Amino acid sequence: MTLSVALKQSFEDFSLNLAFTAGPGVTALFGRSGAGKTTVVNAVAGLLRPDHGRISVDERLLLDTAEGVFLPPYRRRVGYVFQDARLFPHLSVGGNLDYGRRFAPRAERPSPARVDEVVALLGIGALLDRRPGALSGGERQRVALGRAILSAPRLLLLDEPLAALDEARKSEILPYLEGLRDLGLPILYVSHSAAEIARLASHVVMLEAGRITAAGPAEAVLSDPASAGALGRETGALIHARVEAQDSDGLARLATPAGPIWVARPDLPPGAQVRLRILAQEVMLATEAPKGISALNVLMGQIDHIGEEADGSVLVRLRLGEEAAILSRITARSRRALDLAPGRHVYAILKSVSIAEVSRG
Amino acid sequence: MDWLTPQEWQAVTLSLRVSLWAVAASLPLGIFVAYALARWRFPGHALLNGVVHLPLILPPVVTGYLLLLGFGRRGIFGAPLAEWFGIVFAFRWTGAALAAAVMAFPLMVRTIRLSIEAVDPRLEQAASTLGAGRLATFATVTLPLILPGVIAGSIIAFAKAMGEFGATITFVSNIPGATQTLPTAIYSELQVPGGEAQAARLVMVAIGIALAALLASEWLGRAVARRISGS
Repeated sequence: MTLSVALKQSFEDFSLNLAFTAGPGVTALFGRSGAGKTTVVNAVAGLLRPDHGRISVDERLLLDTAEGVFLPPYRRRVGYVFQDARLFPHLSVGGNLDYGRRFAPRAERPSPARVDEVVALLGIGALLDRRPGALSGGERQRVALGRAILSAPRLLLLDEPLAALDEARKSEILPYLEGLRDLGLPILYVSHSAAEIARLASHVVMLEAGRITAAGPAEAVLSDPASAGALGRETGALIHARVEAQDSDGLARLATPAGPIWVARPDLPPGAQVRLRILAQEVMLATEAPKGISALNVLMGQIDHIGEEADGSVLVRLRLGEEAAILSRITARSRRALDLAPGRHVYAILKSVSIAEVSRG
Repeated sequence: MDWLTPQEWQAVTLSLRVSLWAVAASLPLGIFVAYALARWRFPGHALLNGVVHLPLILPPVVTGYLLLLGFGRRGIFGAPLAEWFGIVFAFRWTGAALAAAVMAFPLMVRTIRLSIEAVDPRLEQAASTLGAGRLATFATVTLPLILPGVIAGSIIAFAKAMGEFGATITFVSNIPGATQTLPTAIYSELQVPGGEAQAARLVMVAIGIALAALLASEWLGRAVARRISGS
C-alpha cells in the first residue's frame, strides 16, 4: 500500500506546498513546530479541507480538489493517534478499544482473538476496565494506539505521540511503535525528535515552512549536511550495520559499509541488523593516524563536503568507502589549523556510537 | 388525598401532565437547536438564536397572543394541524403544553448549549477518524457527554413549565378540568374573597414539586457525572 500526498494550502502567515509518497513502513514527517506537519496529517485524515490537493492510498482517492472529491474522515479508514490521545472519557479502556472496531466493515473487523493479540502487544490487558481519567500519559497513548489499530485502518497517522511524555514513558512506548512496522501499513509519523526518527523511520520527509527540503531513505536524509539546519545538535549520520561477533571483553563487532566498528553492547546477538547513529559533534577529525588514544573506533575517509553552519561551526562530511558517510562538527579555527578541504584524506575518531535501532534475526 | 378538592387535584395532575409533555416533546428539538447554535455557523444563526430567546424577553401575554394567532382553531398552523392530523391546541390541555413548551424552550436550549460547548470537539474528530459518521458520533460521544446538561435543561424547563401562567391563560384560558393548571388554579382561588387559605394548600404543593424536581436533578446530575468520569 502506498500513500500519495500533494497539497497546496495558504494560511494567513504561511503557505503549504508539497508532494510526497509513503510506502509500507514508517515515513517520518520531520520539522520544527509550525513547519506544517500537523496540517499535512490533518489533511490526510480529512479533518482539514485544503484549497488544492490530491491524496490517495493506492488507487483509492481520498481527496482530489480538481475532481471535487472529498471523502469525509469517517470513510477514509485512517487510524489517527493524536498527541493528546483523545480517549473518550465516558468509555472504559475496553470501550475505547472497541469503538473503532465497531465501525470497521464487517469483513475486515478484527476478530476477538486479534483484539487480545493487540491488547497483549500493547500491554494494556490490566487496564481494560479502567477509565481514561485514571491512566498515566504513557498508558493513554498505548490505548489510543490500540484503538487506532483495531479500527482496521489502511493507513496510520501518528502525530507526535510521544511529545507529551517524559523520557521514561517515551522509552516505555518506543518498542510498541517499533512493533507497528510489522503491520504492513503505511505509517506517517510526525516528530521533531531526530532520535525517535533514527529509531523508527525507514523514510524521512523534511519539512520547513510548508515546503519539503529533503526526502528519501532515513540514512540518506539524516546524513545529508543540508538537513543540519533543521537537526541542530541532533545532526548525525545513520549507518546500517550487522553484528558480526561478540568479543570476549563485552564488545560487539559490527560490520558496516564504513568498516568494522566496535560498540559496548554485549546483549546484541551475532547476526542482528542494527542501525548506528553517530552524532556529528561526537566525531573528531585528525590529519594523521592518532596514536595512544582511548577511542576504539578510528576510521579513515575522504572529505567530500565542507559547509559553514548558521551558528559558525563547520560541518564536514567524510566518505567512508562506497556507501557510507559520516558527519563531523568542528570549529572554524580547527578547520583553518588542519587546512581541511574537499578531497583530503583524514581520520575520524568516533567518541561515541549509539545503536538507534535493532532488528533481530 | 382529601385535603385537596377534586378540582384542585385535577389542576395538580394536569400541571404535571402538561409540564412532562412540554419537556418530553420539545427535548429532541431543543437538543438539535442547541447543537446547531453551538457547533454550526450558518446564515440566520443570529436570527435563530433571537427567535429561540424571544419568549424569554416578550411579555408572556404577547407570546400567548401569538400562539393564539398561530395555533388557534383558525390559526396559520392551527387550522391545517386540526384538519390533517386532528391535533387541536385551542382551549385544550395540549395547548397548555404547547404554551409551556414554548416558554420553557429558551431555558432548555441555553442550558444544553452550554454543555455542548463544553464538549471538546477534538473528541468528535477522533470519533470521525475511527469511522463514526455524524449521527453515530453524536449518539456515541456527544450525547453521553452532555447528558448532565440535558438533564439540567429538562429540569429547568420542567420547573418553568410548572410555573407558566401568562401565555397559558392567554392561549387556552383557565377552564377547570380542561386547561386549569396549578398556577391558574391558585390565581382563581385568590380571586374569591377569603380564598388565601385555600390557595395556601396549592402553594405548598407547588413548592413541594419544585423542591422534588430540584433534588432529583441534583441527584441525577451527580450520578451521570460519576458514570461519565468513571470515578
